[in-house]
Amino acid sequence: MDKYQINHLKELEAESIFVIREVAAQFENPVMLFSGGKDSIVMFHLARKAFWPAKVPFPLMHIDTGHNFPETIKYRDDLMEKTGARCIVKYVQDTIDQGKAVEETGVNASRNKIQTITLLDAIEQEKFDAAMGGGRRDEEKARAKERFFSHRDEFGQWDPKNQRPELWNLFNGKKNMGEHFRVFPISNWTEMDVWQYIYMEEIELPSLYFTHKREVFQRDGVWMAKAPFMQLKEGEKLEMRDVRCRTIGDVTCTGVTLSTANNLQDIIQEVAATRVTERGGRADDKRSESAMEDRKREGYF
Amino acid sequence: MSGKESGYLDMELLRFTTAGSVDDGKSTLIGRLLFDSKAIFEDQMEAIEKASLRSGGEDVNLALLTDGLKAEREQGITIDVAYRYFATPKRKFIIADTPGHIQYTRNMVTGASTANAAIILVDARHGVLEQTRRHTYIASLLQIPHIIICVNKMDLVDYKQEVFEEIKSDVEAISSKLSVKDVRYVPISALVGDNVVDRSKNMDWYEGPTLMYLLENLHIGSDINRDDFRMPVQYVIRPQSKDYPDYRGYGGRIMSGSLNVGDTVKVLPSGFTSKVKTIDLFTESLQKAFAPQSVSVQLEDDIDISRGDMLVKETNGHEPIVSQDIDVMLCWFNERKMIPGGKYTLRQTSAEMRCMIKSVDYKMNINTLENDPDDLEVNMNDIVRVKLRTTKPLFYDSYNVNRNTGSLVLIDETTNETVAAGMIV
Ligand SMILES: Nc1nc2c(ncn2[C@@H]2O[C@H](COP(=O)(O)OP(=O)(O)O)[C@@H](O)[C@H]2O)c(=O)[nH]1
Repeated sequence: MDKYQINHLKELEAESIFVIREVAAQFENPVMLFSGGKDSIVMFHLARKAFWPAKVPFPLMHIDTGHNFPETIKYRDDLMEKTGARCIVKYVQDTIDQGKAVEETGVNASRNKIQTITLLDAIEQEKFDAAMGGGRRDEEKARAKERFFSHRDEFGQWDPKNQRPELWNLFNGKKNMGEHFRVFPISNWTEMDVWQYIYMEEIELPSLYFTHKREVFQRDGVWMAKAPFMQLKEGEKLEMRDVRCRTIGDVTCTGVTLSTANNLQDIIQEVAATRVTERGGRADDKRSESAMEDRKREGYF
Repeated sequence: MSGKESGYLDMELLRFTTAGSVDDGKSTLIGRLLFDSKAIFEDQMEAIEKASLRSGGEDVNLALLTDGLKAEREQGITIDVAYRYFATPKRKFIIADTPGHIQYTRNMVTGASTANAAIILVDARHGVLEQTRRHTYIASLLQIPHIIICVNKMDLVDYKQEVFEEIKSDVEAISSKLSVKDVRYVPISALVGDNVVDRSKNMDWYEGPTLMYLLENLHIGSDINRDDFRMPVQYVIRPQSKDYPDYRGYGGRIMSGSLNVGDTVKVLPSGFTSKVKTIDLFTESLQKAFAPQSVSVQLEDDIDISRGDMLVKETNGHEPIVSQDIDVMLCWFNERKMIPGGKYTLRQTSAEMRCMIKSVDYKMNINTLENDPDDLEVNMNDIVRVKLRTTKPLFYDSYNVNRNTGSLVLIDETTNETVAAGMIV
């Protein structure tokens, strides 16, 4: 690499900052979705870089399923305080209480589907015209074709046939009343890139990402954390193990990894050697081969 | 392998696009690259195995890896640009995977717009077809710096050198008429794996590099224009805070060239000049920045600058051209055909304005590579040369000199769709 070249992480960073600035310039009322997971932590870090020394000129929004690891919420609140950013929190529980959705029941019950309703409601209520998310194209086949600027109709739906071509550095965020965009600034990052970047930038993460002892059980080959709102099926039993999270989502459908990695270098090594994708640990994707795609059409992140 | 020192953080990024006719083996090749570089995880592999069985196949079908959306899976075709990722210790790769159907010129144009390299597949049994000509033409029109012609399915022609050489000279005959800089030829079998990642034992006569070696070693340092500093202003950063009461930074991505603190820059369109006071990237203060970095630039003087303006440096007499009348090679993307004399929104760098299509000079017949001045109806996937008149001056470089400041898109004012991509002549 000569002195006028930058490494792949710096180039991805430059691209993401460009996209985030484009959103701030092209939309009147954008928002950045924040889940407390590593992808949204990185995305928020990039947003701070994009506007420094000014504050990030849009709020964050957390769609709270109520099924969180408590560490995630604490991390979120500390981060907001430290950076002076504003985070709007919307509760899936409210959506249920208002009768707009019925809670799934059974052992595999998850609030993922309802989360979409809460999100779309919030976008409508707050009149957001662009919602940035930390989705990456390497996560799942259906995301491989996703644009940076993803157009949603007035029902918040995604039509794979009606997406705008994106060429060079030119993004088209024009829309009609009532429509909005989802924007994915870290589209081109892989899980490995995210970890390497966190390491390079020394970004602080919730403790969940590092090894800790936790009560877990196995379901369909995936290790799941014990949580108050989880029911065990017959034959499943709790064990104490050394684990860490690869993603942090709804506890009911996010698996954990057996691991003793307690620092970023070890995690990077683990990711490099790993044989299962991140989403492999997500029960919600296993439901059917096209699960992700179906949820995306409906307006899931 | 321990982090910062291991070289892990010292990888380059290379973007490439793949093109080929249906069944040339594109999906198999991509699957092979991902598989051999271990970018395929066990759970994905399991899913593919299951899907292969379901569709009646016996062997694991690597091509299934790259099939995306459900509807397409059912039809058994891919219809859009899909992005794939893999990495070797040297480089991270982004593949813009585009299908080979006749009607999808626009997809290849899209995938090609950001590519450092294009892989064009040719089936060894069929040789050069119209499609090969079209793909090579698009690669040259979009000025992709490196083209790799992969002659695939060599196993089906007994790995014969003559077959490879004949195809090579046929492609050379085409490319000599086009402005392509760097063309390479590799005989491969995507299915068996010959010369993809590992050297083939079946083609001793071939002394060149494998495809993977090329991808890892193509010189991409000069793919961006390094000479002419251009930075379109995207967003003006004004904290107006206690700590930074007077900070006024111009946020943007450097599209080409480089910038030092102290350099004199000119602001377009006003023409005012000033000196660079600071270059910031978050809490880092830089002495120097270059394409493709995103930075915030402060100037010594208070000049009224907003989004759509451009900071430039004059080097070797090169400055952007300022004009309201431009000649453009246009690729039409929309089902609704182009309206002659029609008005569209034009977007180029961070600038936006309206424009009118003054005239269509000719349509490119991309199968024969001849200009047709008589057929001027512009439909989806057509490539035409047009004259545009804009409502205000555009500052640009010719696309051949600068892909980032010489490119534009047209947007339909009623549907908001991106209807065309243009390269300024
Ligand atoms: N014998 C042989 N068959 C190949 C090779 N590459 C691809 N194929 C086969 O050609 C067919 C089409 O391949 P596919 O990758 O789906 O083509 P695509 O339409 O270009 O994506 C499949 O049956 C592949 O197994 C090769 O190198 N040798």
